[in-house]
Amino acid sequence: MKQGLYFVDGGIACAEGALYAGCRFFAGYPITPATSIVKRMAERLPQLRGYYVQMEDEIASMAAIIGASWAGGKAMTATSGPGFSLMQENLGYAYLTETPLVVVDTQRSGPSTGQATMPAQQDVMQARYGTHGDIAPIAFAPWSVQEMFDFTVYAFNYSERFRTPVLLMADGAISYMREPLNIPKKGELPIVNRRSLSKDDPNPDEIFLRYEMPKFGDGHDLLVTGSAHRPTGVRDYSPRYHRATIHWLFEKQKEAGKALQQEGLDLEVHNLDNADTVIISFGAAARPAYKAVLAAQKEGESIGFIRLKTLWPFPENQLTKLVKDMKRIFVVEMNMGMMIREIERVGCQAQVTGIPKVGGEIHHSNEILQKIRG
Amino acid sequence: MSQQTTPLGKQQQYYRKKYLRNLPTAFCTGCGNGSILGCFVRAVDALVVGKQLQQRDLLCVSGIGCSAWIPSPYFKGDTLHTTHGRAIAFATGAKIMNPKLEVVVFTGDGDGAAIGGNHLIHAARRNIPLKVILVNNQVYGMTGGQSAPTTPFGVHSSTYQSNPEPPFDLSRLALGAGASYVARWTTYHIDDIITSMQEALLHPGFVFIEIISQCPTYAARFFNEYRDSLSPKERKQFHRNPGAWMLKALKGKRTGKNLGHPRYELTLKDQTIELGVFIREERSTLTETLQSLWK
Ligand SMILES: Cc1ncc(C[n+]2csc(CCOP(=O)(O)OP(=O)(O)O)c2C)c(N)n1
Ligand code: SF4
Ligand SMILES: [Mg+2]
Repeated sequence: MKQGLYFVDGGIACAEGALYAGCRFFAGYPITPATSIVKRMAERLPQLRGYYVQMEDEIASMAAIIGASWAGGKAMTATSGPGFSLMQENLGYAYLTETPLVVVDTQRSGPSTGQATMPAQQDVMQARYGTHGDIAPIAFAPWSVQEMFDFTVYAFNYSERFRTPVLLMADGAISYMREPLNIPKKGELPIVNRRSLSKDDPNPDEIFLRYEMPKFGDGHDLLVTGSAHRPTGVRDYSPRYHRATIHWLFEKQKEAGKALQQEGLDLEVHNLDNADTVIISFGAAARPAYKAVLAAQKEGESIGFIRLKTLWPFPENQLTKLVKDMKRIFVVEMNMGMMIREIERVGCQAQVTGIPKVGGEIHHSNEILQKIRG
Repeated sequence: MSQQTTPLGKQQQYYRKKYLRNLPTAFCTGCGNGSILGCFVRAVDALVVGKQLQQRDLLCVSGIGCSAWIPSPYFKGDTLHTTHGRAIAFATGAKIMNPKLEVVVFTGDGDGAAIGGNHLIHAARRNIPLKVILVNNQVYGMTGGQSAPTTPFGVHSSTYQSNPEPPFDLSRLALGAGASYVARWTTYHIDDIITSMQEALLHPGFVFIEIISQCPTYAARFFNEYRDSLSPKERKQFHRNPGAWMLKALKGKRTGKNLGHPRYELTLKDQTIELGVFIREERSTLTETLQSLWK
């Protein structure tokens, strides 16, 4: 879409963000509440000489975007809880093969089919630990329609920069909600493109454990495998090679964490000076949480607010400093208490209280306010 | 274990140098997978030499299983060794993103017809130009000889004393799902495999070639059951070289011709298996129809 101000839902914003970032391949399988993203991609990709492919299931969707990425395209899929579960095995493949791509999970209330149309934040640990084996994911948590656009662009940028899958952990509320969306002009948001292997690369045979990525059809004789491998792709189960690979995945995540902090994409804070109480939240749940903070301030509470923009890597160094002098921390999330475990680790001096909510409803700011009042 | 190796002839050295990576083989002695790789290399070479195919455009995708190792790591070219059953889905993404790639999928009967059966039928229906070579050794080889959806009824596998299920006829499945080129051969019919693979590589649509192959390590025991009783001499032959013995059982007899290829009929226990090319049709492909949306 052209630069300008629009009034659209989060799904459309996400799709437009992907296109802005240069995504030209989308494979998906219909599921609420990701349908608005899928529909938009199906409509818009052919206009841009790109490809929308409706696959037979989410396992295939995930597989297809990996194939498309190695064929040189920026690729994405979007789904919700049940589909995200089906994607886990191939998502693990993407981490191990260091394949840049973006997966959007518009979380809905589970487990199982659950409340199919209603929002939740119950997949945040699936994003972290869902696939088997050790992985080091990057996952964003947008809280507005504008961020559905912006964070999708960043997700592509980080996936290309660090050669890794990046997750956009949205939810049913943000993806269906309509809000103003400001589409920036071309070039206003930086776009990161894939680094290819240069002609005079000293180690052209080494295709893993590095940021440059060759593609199929360029005569590199690529050996891409989800089995343990040497940097050349030759399968090798010896401890030293696989250890090096896993350490490299974690190393990349650490670097990404630093970059996120530098770019202000890890978290945002509000009124922390002089506060002894802080509410920490993310995504849709952060909206009523923020409202509650403002109301509590009016009532004279010395309360601040932290919103996580990135869930993984968990911004623990930043947070440790920020909550060091807090007496009380409240964690607002739409699950039975997931991110609170991470927050307890960094805020162990304070009293950490969860304000969980399940049932497919966003918190009301009053519920949160009551908890703060005690 | 010391093994006798015969020195390679000139022609074999040529193929090896041009198309294979210099890695030790992981296949058991007598396995059909090596022959299939040999056929593939010859089919590719004929087209490369004839300038009908560029080697760098080839992408071989495979799943998990012994048969998945045919291209990866051995074939010198782009290879994508994926997850169990999903090779066709990975290949779909690569082919659509870059239609110039000539994408060949190597899959096993467990990989392509059990866990990956859904991807197979949908790819056939879509007529996406992938060339699927399914190695049907009638067993799960890599995991140790368990019953597969292709294991004959009543035979002894490592999971069943007597396999309680009837086997899938995979070529008919592909035909029914809409594949525009379907052929079935056995590893006995090397020349037919090579010509069929050449034809397949040039076919503008979804290709399914089923190759019935021998797994001397795990399927030999039920190949044994294909004969009611073995004479002591036969038994000795079998134990000396089960792979070669199985190959003989895969010979079948010639019954005629179809679409320019010979047809054979094979009897394995109470199964009658037809070999040959069953369909070769040109229809619009998914890669074309997706691009026609561009306008
Ligand atoms: C999701 C998953 N389930 C199970 C396995 C274990 N597994 C590896 S190979 C294989 C069977 C392969 O059989 P087939 O496709 O017939 O290939 P063959 O070894 O006979 O050539 C299985 C079940 C796996 N790797 N992944
Ligand atoms: S187990 Fe069977 S299929 Fe696998 S390599 Fe050995 S003989 Fe071949
Ligand atoms: Mg098998």
